[in-house]
Amino acid sequence: MSESINVTLKVWRQNGPGEAGRFETYPLENVSTHASFLEMLDILNEKLINTGKMPVAFDSDCREGICGSCGLMIDGQAHGPDRETATCQLHMRRFSDGDTITIEPWRARSFPILKDLVVDRSAFDRIIEAGGYNSINAGNAPDANAILIPKIDAEAAMDAAACIGCGACVAACKNASALLFVSAKVMHFARLPQGKPERETRVARMVAKMDEEGFGSCTNTTECEAACPKGISFSNIVSLRRESMRAQCSGRSTR
Amino acid sequence: MTLESKVPSGPMDKRWSRHKFDLKLVAPANKRKHTILVVGTGLAGASAAATLAELGYNVQAFFYHDSPRRAHSIAAQGGINAAKNYQNDGDSVHRLFYDTVKGGDFRAREANVHRLAEVSVNIIDQCVAQGVPFARDYGGELANRSFGGAQVSRTFYARGQTGQQLLLGAYSSLMRQVDLGKVKLFPRREMLDLVVIDGVARGIVCRNLVTGEFESYAGDAVLLCTGGYGNVFYLSTNAKNCNVTAAWRAARRGAFFANPCFTQIHPTCIPQSGEHQSKLTLMSESLRNDGRVWVPLKKGDTRSPREIPEAERDYFLERRYPSFGNLVPRDVASRASKAVCDEGRGVGPTGLSVYLDFAASIERDGENTIRQKYGNLFQMYEKITDDNPYEVPMRIYPAVHYTMGGLWVDYNLESTVPGLFVLGEANFSDHGANRLGASALMQGLADGYFIVPYTLGSHIAGRTLAKVTTDHPAFADAVKASRDVTTRLLAVQGSRSVDSFHRELGMTLWNNCGMARNDAGLRSAREKIRELRDQFWSNVRVTGKGEELNQTLEHAGRVADYFEFAELLVIDATERQESCGGHFREEYQTEEGEAKRNDDKFQYVAAWEFAGVGEDPKLHKEPLTFEEVHPSQRSYK
Ligand SMILES: Cc1cc2nc3c(=O)[nH]c(=O)nc-3n(C[C@H](O)[C@H](O)[C@H](O)COP(=O)(O)OP(=O)(O)OC[C@H]3O[C@@H](n4cnc5c(N)ncnc54)[C@H](O)[C@@H]3O)c2cc1C
Ligand code: FES
Repeated sequence: MSESINVTLKVWRQNGPGEAGRFETYPLENVSTHASFLEMLDILNEKLINTGKMPVAFDSDCREGICGSCGLMIDGQAHGPDRETATCQLHMRRFSDGDTITIEPWRARSFPILKDLVVDRSAFDRIIEAGGYNSINAGNAPDANAILIPKIDAEAAMDAAACIGCGACVAACKNASALLFVSAKVMHFARLPQGKPERETRVARMVAKMDEEGFGSCTNTTECEAACPKGISFSNIVSLRRESMRAQCSGRSTR
Repeated sequence: MTLESKVPSGPMDKRWSRHKFDLKLVAPANKRKHTILVVGTGLAGASAAATLAELGYNVQAFFYHDSPRRAHSIAAQGGINAAKNYQNDGDSVHRLFYDTVKGGDFRAREANVHRLAEVSVNIIDQCVAQGVPFARDYGGELANRSFGGAQVSRTFYARGQTGQQLLLGAYSSLMRQVDLGKVKLFPRREMLDLVVIDGVARGIVCRNLVTGEFESYAGDAVLLCTGGYGNVFYLSTNAKNCNVTAAWRAARRGAFFANPCFTQIHPTCIPQSGEHQSKLTLMSESLRNDGRVWVPLKKGDTRSPREIPEAERDYFLERRYPSFGNLVPRDVASRASKAVCDEGRGVGPTGLSVYLDFAASIERDGENTIRQKYGNLFQMYEKITDDNPYEVPMRIYPAVHYTMGGLWVDYNLESTVPGLFVLGEANFSDHGANRLGASALMQGLADGYFIVPYTLGSHIAGRTLAKVTTDHPAFADAVKASRDVTTRLLAVQGSRSVDSFHRELGMTLWNNCGMARNDAGLRSAREKIRELRDQFWSNVRVTGKGEELNQTLEHAGRVADYFEFAELLVIDATERQESCGGHFREEYQTEEGEAKRNDDKFQYVAAWEFAGVGEDPKLHKEPLTFEEVHPSQRSYK
């Protein structure tokens, strides 16, 4: 059933990196409950442009929950109220007529704000750069079925590999820890035979890089898991700790 | 200028090997001296950038996303084809080649397609080695499924997230090269011009999307891996930011644009729900393996689907195409769905959708099996529509999805501007007039991992490349040209938003150059596009400044290019007086309403040379010959 609702938006506005920001309030009328949350912001922006004001900047691309571009704090929750749902998949039917909705960017020292709701998440790329790969060159791979991988291991690797790198885990964590993101990548590789040759160096380097980027420490509150749009499990963090220990004991954690 | 396809001669299955041997090699020590500019980090760009760096080239990679991993390739759901024949069901390189040429309705270059089928097997090996967690069977071997337009199971997949996993694989190889210092990344950069010096592509101009500055980069070759132009229609399954700008600006600098009217409309998308709609969501084609497509037999039947008895349902794909059934190629399925909706038998509030029903397969295999196969797609559907597809059939309707057209390239993937190579969806090369499911991922990775790393040698070792820096006046000219466009856009200060112009342009194309096209409609569309373009330049409203992060300005630049490009698209559709693949001209159809090609007159690639905005572009034809697969009327009956 198509209905429309009226909402009041309190949106974080900030002109550029390092500048002072503020909340601004915008009433928005007749929003279809079939519209997605970002489509609702599109409508707001259209209105702002038509009155000669600067639209609200926010990142989005695929709008189907897979590219990891979008990411908003909605009423204090990373990606809003729905479980396993990225901001772009959230729909206005989740809200009621008359609601006031507060919208903020991810807040973390390692994700500086570029403008309004847009943040710089390149720290994630730099963590992947520090060993989040298998060192193989195109052209020298053996036949894909040469190494059999038990279905259960492939599925477990896939569970971890499903991370979309949106940063919600960091935003949801009171310490702005990136450990869920890092553990998902480490465990994706650790569960596959192809990831074994660099297993020890990978975890050591990625964790060191994460610390260097200024992310906080994990204190096991598991907010990250609750906020993750892909349902990446906190158990990856537990496994990562074991991987780290294993790497240290192995004496093979440096290249 | 005559188009030289540079297709090698000799037996089809030996051509690529022979060509590789004949191509000039660049010595390892020399590779280090060359800088390659790669624009785009989707499957095509990331795989090319990583592989060229592995070979020793210095690579600079540009993309408008904040991270290379976010390229639109990430959204591909269904899978990637390869002629591995792991299922022992009769697949082979030859069969994949045959299916692709036929699926493309005989408008692709045979030799390119054969090469694609040959290297398809290496792609899977490469991805598995990178750690791509493809689906597996209990014995630990790779699993396969079948996809539209094929009768063998040759599609590899990773749940419903194949594109994501393949891109993360390519991205990891790319980041390894960043770690090794061989690739430098330039995020949030939009390429706005190609710099051509002495007739050779030697650089690009980008706008830094954070600061708004214009930046110049010089190199020895430019690789455009910038994806497709489906968003010219406004509503499509493409990511919001996909656009034609890089390709179009290259076209303005002399790269010919081939077959722009070959656009693919995908049959299984979630229908539009209202005015606010910003994009359409694909429901993977793999669903047609288990879902049955139907509409009520009676017009205007408003009963809920579960109340309509079997005898009063029309499973129109199974009825019309008994041997392929629900698995007919996309163009065929889309047109059939449109036909039943045009008859007034469509369902849903707007009458513009058909059912995709899983009841039979849930009964056969159990809900759990279906959940395992498609769980995330069902969940996605439910989030968007608020309907539970385990209980009620999905409603689907065709939507713009993929563009077979693109910049013209020769067998080396080099455009008509020497030194400018084009990879992935941005080129026109392998899919003819219709692409088969799971073949775009294959093509992007083939181009990047296994083709361009060889063929680039023909340019680097085959030409004398004088040293060029960004001090060359051609860079200053290109920067000025790009800056002028931005300044003009900001100066209009009209009263209508960029988005509203884009929507109207898209509507014009969808209505006149979408699933069905005719001469009168196309001609009126061209007039309409020209009018809208004039209005755009006199009445668009772009707020803010050029020297800041300004998403409205970014969008405005892209829409400005769409307005020029859209005109070419309808010109191409007007000129091609035949129906083939996704290009359906109502005047040219068989008695059963199938596409009717005209091989005598149109068995060619239409490559268009830009002649100025609003001017008639110049048509160059590359004739197509078929030696292995003889053109026939496609039949999926
Ligand atoms: C929803 C969906 C599902 C699909 N599913 C499948 C499937 O199951 N199987 C299959 O085979 N195919 C599928 N496809 C098609 C396939 O995903 C694409 O054709 C393919 O991924 C395109 O890859 P690409 O590398 O050519 O371009 P893209 O992945 O689109 O990458 C383009 C890159 O270019 C950059 N870029 C573009 N313009 C500029 C510019 N001006 N300046 C700087 N950078 C620029 C972008 O930042 C990006 O990095 C699907 C497509 C869609 C829309
Ligand atoms: S926009 Fe891609 S995940 Fe939300």
